[in-house]
Amino acid sequence: MTEQIKTDFEKIVKTSAFSEKDVELKKMYLNKFLETGFPTRKLENWKFSDLSQIIKKNIGELSFYNDYSFPYKVDTSIFIEGLEHNKIVFINGRVEKVDFTHEDHDKIEINDDFKFVDRLEDNNSLLSLNNAFTNKCFKITVKKNYSLKKPLVVYHSTNNKISSRNINLKLEFQLEQNSSLRLIDLFNDGAENNFINIFYNFDLKENAILKNYKIDKVQNKNIRYSYNNIEQDNNSVSETFVLSSGSNFSKNEINCNLKGEYSSAFVNGIFSLNDGQHHEVRTTINHLVENTKSYQLIKSVLGKNSKSAYQGKIFVDSKAQKTDGYQLSKAILLDETSEFNAKPELEIYADDVKCSHGSASGSLDENSIFYLMSRGLNYQQSKELLINGFLLDVVEKITDTEIKNLVKNMIGLKE
Amino acid sequence: MDKREKDIEKLKDYKYGFSTDIENIRAPKGLNEDVIKFISNIKKEPKWMLDFRLKAFERFKQLKEPNWQKPKYPKIDYQDLYYYAAPKSMNDKPKSLDELDPKLLETYKKLGIPLQEQARLNGIAVDAVFDSVSVATTFKDELTKQGIIFCSMSEAIQKHPDLVKKYLGTVIPTTDHFFATLNSAVFTDGSFVYIPEGIKCPMELSTYFRINASETGQFERTLIIADKGSYVSYLEGCTAPMRDENQLHAANVELIALDDAEIKYSTVQNWYPGDENGKGGIYNFVTKRGLCKGKNSKISWTQVETGSAITWKYPSCILKGDNSIGEFYSIAITNNHQKADTGTKMIHLGKNTKSKIISKGISAGFSDMTYRGLVDINSKAKNSSNYTQCDSLLMGNKCGAHTVPYIKNKNFDSNIAHEATTSKISEEQLHYCQQRGLNPEEAVGLIVNGFCKEVLQQLPMEFAVEAQKLVGISLEGSVG
Repeated sequence: MTEQIKTDFEKIVKTSAFSEKDVELKKMYLNKFLETGFPTRKLENWKFSDLSQIIKKNIGELSFYNDYSFPYKVDTSIFIEGLEHNKIVFINGRVEKVDFTHEDHDKIEINDDFKFVDRLEDNNSLLSLNNAFTNKCFKITVKKNYSLKKPLVVYHSTNNKISSRNINLKLEFQLEQNSSLRLIDLFNDGAENNFINIFYNFDLKENAILKNYKIDKVQNKNIRYSYNNIEQDNNSVSETFVLSSGSNFSKNEINCNLKGEYSSAFVNGIFSLNDGQHHEVRTTINHLVENTKSYQLIKSVLGKNSKSAYQGKIFVDSKAQKTDGYQLSKAILLDETSEFNAKPELEIYADDVKCSHGSASGSLDENSIFYLMSRGLNYQQSKELLINGFLLDVVEKITDTEIKNLVKNMIGLKE
Repeated sequence: MDKREKDIEKLKDYKYGFSTDIENIRAPKGLNEDVIKFISNIKKEPKWMLDFRLKAFERFKQLKEPNWQKPKYPKIDYQDLYYYAAPKSMNDKPKSLDELDPKLLETYKKLGIPLQEQARLNGIAVDAVFDSVSVATTFKDELTKQGIIFCSMSEAIQKHPDLVKKYLGTVIPTTDHFFATLNSAVFTDGSFVYIPEGIKCPMELSTYFRINASETGQFERTLIIADKGSYVSYLEGCTAPMRDENQLHAANVELIALDDAEIKYSTVQNWYPGDENGKGGIYNFVTKRGLCKGKNSKISWTQVETGSAITWKYPSCILKGDNSIGEFYSIAITNNHQKADTGTKMIHLGKNTKSKIISKGISAGFSDMTYRGLVDINSKAKNSSNYTQCDSLLMGNKCGAHTVPYIKNKNFDSNIAHEATTSKISEEQLHYCQQRGLNPEEAVGLIVNGFCKEVLQQLPMEFAVEAQKLVGISLEGSVG
């Protein structure tokens, strides 16, 4: 891998217009990545999913060079119908289209030359890889007191013109005071067997509201890693919803720093897996000041040969009195070959807090199936009804009605 | 105050803080093959035992000290420890209690276990361990009548080599983790229990451990075998004298339950926790593991952990036999600068296996408490279930309480439920108690005892009373 990555890196540097300083920085990150390589199960955070092995098994050797000298055609068929929205379209790792037609242009600032600052304390080698290879980092600022009228949809798409086996992308959002943003990430892949590495950073100022919905629904053979870092000021609210069902392997990490009083974070997720899929969600909610709140609900339905993992951590600083933290993970195992792993963790240094977690896993309740069958449903129908009810619980947590209906339509859930 | 008075003052803080001057026979300082041969030789062990030790030592040399635990400690120099120390009077073994070194007996008296009286009055057979060698075993006759073997490990190696050879190292093999392997190489003594088929042990078996000589790491090895259809309840309780230097204690406890057998293992651990500033105290790095080998077998661990500077242990159950049951009840209390990283592992291998975990953690002062547990249901363990509940209570904002459960479910027929909460004693509860005339300390004691009740109930009578008192004493000075 080392040789390939180095030659590809040189090639990228030659064909792109990076400043010398940028190249220096990127080299530093590349070396940092090479020191550790892809994470293995020896790292606590990757205990349930050995990424290094997964890449080796599913993709083999990675390559990193992509030819960006000509623009890709945007395939409009992937756009969501029946929902007016703003768009950012990524194709094979490059932004092809930015469209904020529904918004007031003075109120949104888009900067395509933003330097991402590495402020994550833990040594995440995938962030280093991302920093070394991202082509451009966009920063989107929503100005004071402005709420986007329509949601922003980020289309993550790939097509068969892709020449590398690895895509890195990065977005930075700043939500100024009293602003709000609804953001949908929609994954739609035409290419197979890629490792896709996504980093988002959100900076929420006072009273800002962020709603992020990540929807990975279309079946594809890619390996996806996505990291959200959310910094929250006083009174801000963040809501993250993850629908994890399409990719072969997927890991979503959500790191949330509640730095302002009365700020709150909500993370909800659904895993619906089958046929050799392996997905994971890892959350870290850091309660750093008084009176902050977090709530997490993750549910899995696991079919044949599938595996899901949930690692959730609530950290409460000794200053963070009156914290309210809650996490719940539930799983239904449908087959002998399905597997569920969880590590719901509490790390608490303050005494006046209310923190709890719960985790339950098992098969569908035979009594409930019996009840439904005795009322005329067949086995399959009863099973589906129970699973729908189980998952609907999470979908109902979506606070935006428009998007809630969109999600329900997408996964075919009806009330 | 002159120095003498100060010393006395210091001793007062810790009820069991004293040490007896008995000349020690010591193995030379350090850890090498010669020391292991020395230990084996002085205990007149057969060759297979020495081979067992050497094999473990070979493995130990390749192992690295683990470092993933939450409580960190200064590096231990394993070459700077004595691996064998025995009270001198042991050279010619006394035939009865009366022959014991009077000084030894005096020590037990201070500990609250006058052998003769206690043995007779309580109906408990006491195998008291002073430093690393068992001194006296009482009530042997009554047990022998039933065919029960309850003796020191060294005696068992001499008298029952077949049993020891068959079972020693089958639950904790010589190829296990760092501290367990160290123990396999250098263990000095411990208890051995064998309950024959169909026998219900008529009394609670009990051992008091005590660390004495300074700079002596104590390496106990306990092996309990419950043969088909038998039952035994085993008590273990510990106190240790006051020391400034940290003392390492790395014991191994192996339990084996065959078909329809049940083992109940209870621990009250009150070793010296260090002074108010976190100086001194015992490092309690114990490996305890039970194997439910036969069908319908049951192993139950109950522990009350109030002592030690650092407690780092996970009494575990391997549920291999079909329909076997594993239980773990724990109260861990940390105060001042104590640290604890404790919990359990329930490994479900057989069909219809069940496990239950109740863990109560209380942290006060500057202490840190971690519950770390694993529930692993194997794909063959059809229809298994686990229930876990771990609650933490925090007193003050200088301490920490952490919960790190690992849950692995590979079987769709099985159910796992896990719950954890963290909270503090509510003002209302305190107010209510104080209104009725309790002082704040008593009120806290009462509330905490209520919080722990589920676990305290599991202890045998003799221990329950002591444990309840201990819970109160451990939290003294943490209120207000």
